[in-house]
Amino acid sequence: MGESAAPILTIKNLNKQFGSGCDQCGSRAGRKLDKNYCPACGTVYSCQDISLELYPGEVLGIVGESGSGKSTLMRCIYFDQEVTSGEAYLQAYKEGRSNLFEESAQQKRFIRNHLMGKVYQNPVMGLRMQFTSIGNIAEKMIAAGNRNVGAMEARGRELLDRVYIPVYRMKEAPKNFSGGMQQRVQIAKALSNNPPILLLDEVTTGLDLSVQANVLDLIKHLQRELNISILLVSHDLSVIRMLADRTMVMLNGQVVEQGLTDQILEDPQHAYTQQLVHSLL
Amino acid sequence: MRIQYNFAFFDEGSKREIRRATLKAIAIPGYQVPFASREMPIGRGWGTGGLQLTLSLIGKKDVLKVIDQGSDESVNAVSIKKLIQKTTGVKTVEDTSEATLIQSRHRIPEIPLKPGQILVLQVPLPEPLRKYEPSERETKKLHGEKDYSGAWLMLFEQIMKYRNMTTGADHPVMVHDRYVMAPSPIPKFDNPKLDNSEALILLGAGREKKIYAVPPYTRVVSLSFEDVPFRTESFQDKSCKLCGAQGVFMDELFDAAAGVIYYQCNDTSYCLSRMNRQSAVLMQSL
Amino acid sequence: MGYVAVKGGTFAIEESLKRIKYERVKQKKVLDVDKIESGMRGLVDQVMSESGLYSETLAALAIKQAEGNPEEAVFLLRAYRSTLPRKHYSKTVVSEQMLVERRISASFKDIPGGQILGASTDYSHRLLDFDLIGETEAAVSEWLHEFEHEAGAGEKSLNQDTDLTRLPKVLDYLRKEGLIANCPADDREPDDVTRKSLTFPASRSQKLQILTRGQTGAVTSLAYAVIRGYGATHPTVGELRVGQLPVYINNPLKPSEDEDEAYYIGDIKVTEVEMLMPATVEREKGRKELEFDIGYGLCYGQNETKAIAMSILDKNLEKGDQSIPTQNEEFVLYHIDSVESTGFISHLKMPHYVTFQSKLNDVRKTKQVQSEKAEGGVTYANPI
Repeated sequence: MGESAAPILTIKNLNKQFGSGCDQCGSRAGRKLDKNYCPACGTVYSCQDISLELYPGEVLGIVGESGSGKSTLMRCIYFDQEVTSGEAYLQAYKEGRSNLFEESAQQKRFIRNHLMGKVYQNPVMGLRMQFTSIGNIAEKMIAAGNRNVGAMEARGRELLDRVYIPVYRMKEAPKNFSGGMQQRVQIAKALSNNPPILLLDEVTTGLDLSVQANVLDLIKHLQRELNISILLVSHDLSVIRMLADRTMVMLNGQVVEQGLTDQILEDPQHAYTQQLVHSLL
Repeated sequence: MRIQYNFAFFDEGSKREIRRATLKAIAIPGYQVPFASREMPIGRGWGTGGLQLTLSLIGKKDVLKVIDQGSDESVNAVSIKKLIQKTTGVKTVEDTSEATLIQSRHRIPEIPLKPGQILVLQVPLPEPLRKYEPSERETKKLHGEKDYSGAWLMLFEQIMKYRNMTTGADHPVMVHDRYVMAPSPIPKFDNPKLDNSEALILLGAGREKKIYAVPPYTRVVSLSFEDVPFRTESFQDKSCKLCGAQGVFMDELFDAAAGVIYYQCNDTSYCLSRMNRQSAVLMQSL
Repeated sequence: MGYVAVKGGTFAIEESLKRIKYERVKQKKVLDVDKIESGMRGLVDQVMSESGLYSETLAALAIKQAEGNPEEAVFLLRAYRSTLPRKHYSKTVVSEQMLVERRISASFKDIPGGQILGASTDYSHRLLDFDLIGETEAAVSEWLHEFEHEAGAGEKSLNQDTDLTRLPKVLDYLRKEGLIANCPADDREPDDVTRKSLTFPASRSQKLQILTRGQTGAVTSLAYAVIRGYGATHPTVGELRVGQLPVYINNPLKPSEDEDEAYYIGDIKVTEVEMLMPATVEREKGRKELEFDIGYGLCYGQNETKAIAMSILDKNLEKGDQSIPTQNEEFVLYHIDSVESTGFISHLKMPHYVTFQSKLNDVRKTKQVQSEKAEGGVTYANPI
């Protein structure tokens, strides 16, 4: 990853608030919040002026406690939620010249289906629990316009094999699977269209330690093999340490520190980051 | 208290309202137009959508045919026909080609429809995505954004489970390359008749309060995959026991006395006209 | 023409219709419509409410024709309603102007204007009254004479200090104290669900119309589910009143806002419920307060259980948590209508020969293919 390479994804000044705001919190400058919450009117500022760049083949980690705004950021990028304001550019979409957040719902759907894959913390969000596993994977390919059953089945088999799910279980519904297996089906689904970008939201949270290690191992392996760019969100610094090249630290809806992961682990600057790193040791 | 019912049951204001919705449906082929469906003198789910269309369109010069599951003489067809006739006095027929207005449940007649004819189909469940997404609010969005992954996903699931598309009747179609539409529970056998039809086809769902349309000469394609094409029900090597017809949709019947299965045209008026033609030919040759 | 259709269907229907008439009259008794109207008030009210058509006489006729089956009677009236041109909309009906016959509050013992028990079975003992078998019109007349004499004496003393058409609302009292959520009058033109079909998200006026026309049993069951645990609210009846409401329309020739210009077209009897439910409101600095939310129910006739149930569902639907069935507006509003639910359930009796034949075809094909497949690799039923 050279300095000269163009970022594959650029986010500029992304804001997401819940509530309409008031005199006391309307402008960013004089805003006095209790964490991310305006005590006067109850508006929550989940993401405040977040900017980031993701480079080809890079894993960018975002770490922060729950409520720091990292999952909201991911939801905004995947269009699960609408941003309050901000811009996003994808190199693979109109050569990175069009603000994704201003595209029509139909175009957003196209971008989601062709250019991104997402793995949710809760598999219920990412999978249809009653449908077959192969159907779940095919759904994303169908959405991207694939109309060939044989091709989709072959691709589905290949992906299931890659994520270590026995192919003979492909017609089973994910509801019958363990948590780790469900996450692996989600990963297979997210990868089905070879997207340039993968969004991972707390993918190992709630899994047993040994299963966690398994899933992380799989992601690392796939990332190297496919050279895919990954945006990875976790509250767990050890997950970030294992996977991320660069790391952003979020607190109360703001980025408080960012840099190379090694650097942040060795020499944390912000008090909150220091606390995080210490707890890791 | 004596009540006089208006011509064709409805007051004229109601008829105009339904016709307005119908015009919109014709203007946007395959799009489900919501309308203020009225309660009718027949049960909700018994063809009230079709009946409202028919009553709002019918004029004194119309010639009416009503069929249910292919039969003019099925109890529900008779009941609907009786009601329309009682409130309008129009002429009713069984011969498909003679009718100007045909109300049907679950079948499109075997004889190709002609320009100027209107076929009204009764619809129980107008939403082709309902089994994939229960909420009306959501399915409306999916149609708006032309997101039909769900429709193909359901077919894909069937193929994965049964190696075949198993929708039975009501196999979804794409209308004018824009809206996926439920063709009403006609057998797959009738789906191709929707494509490029010379007659206007209107579909009415009374309980679900929707009207939609396939205007004449509109492209209608049954959903399928590149490598799993759409196939109609097959009655290969079967022929009608009464008229000998082949290549039509047939009823499967069981002769208890002889212990054998035999087949008969499902479209009864088609079968009758064939038999009459045959007997006429026979008479001439004698 | 050699062959003609066998008129089996036509003949069968004609015989069936004769048969149903026979069942109605076989005891050689004729049930007078006016007797139904006077003696079956409960059923008449239920049928009017579910049909959304206020006419005791037509309801009684429908009940006679339906042999007392409410689902059929409602069906008849709804179908009749479809033929009526909509000539006028009434002016807003103000329930403060109700001529109150019965009025209770479960929230306060002493309410301004007092509680009026009125006609109610609430405190009757449900013991079958076998004397009613032999009840005679003479005995009834005698009883009535006595009752009216008694009532006349009673009313005089009551009327001295109470105007039954000007009873204050219980809720006004709470509102003055600031204990209930302020709900300003909404003067927008209500949607009319009989003229424009329901859309989602539904407006409050659409919800209230569907609820008030809902099948009594369905509305009651769903509201019961709410208070039993699916949608947890604890409601208290702020006020339930039953009485006559005057209905006015604008002078059709020169509409004006002037009340004196309006035409009085008659009274309708209704049941109105204002239900109180505790709700948390957030003030500044995250301070939370409790207030009372109001659920509203109004039905034609004396239909108290339904009106109460309606008020619970009204509030519940406003909360709109889609994961709770009773708060999911599509779930509730799409399934409580008598004509729709009974129609679709009963349509299953209709022939489905074609659809079944089509399914049969598929079932056979999958069996055939599965057995072919057992012999080897990946094949689809419809190869190119």
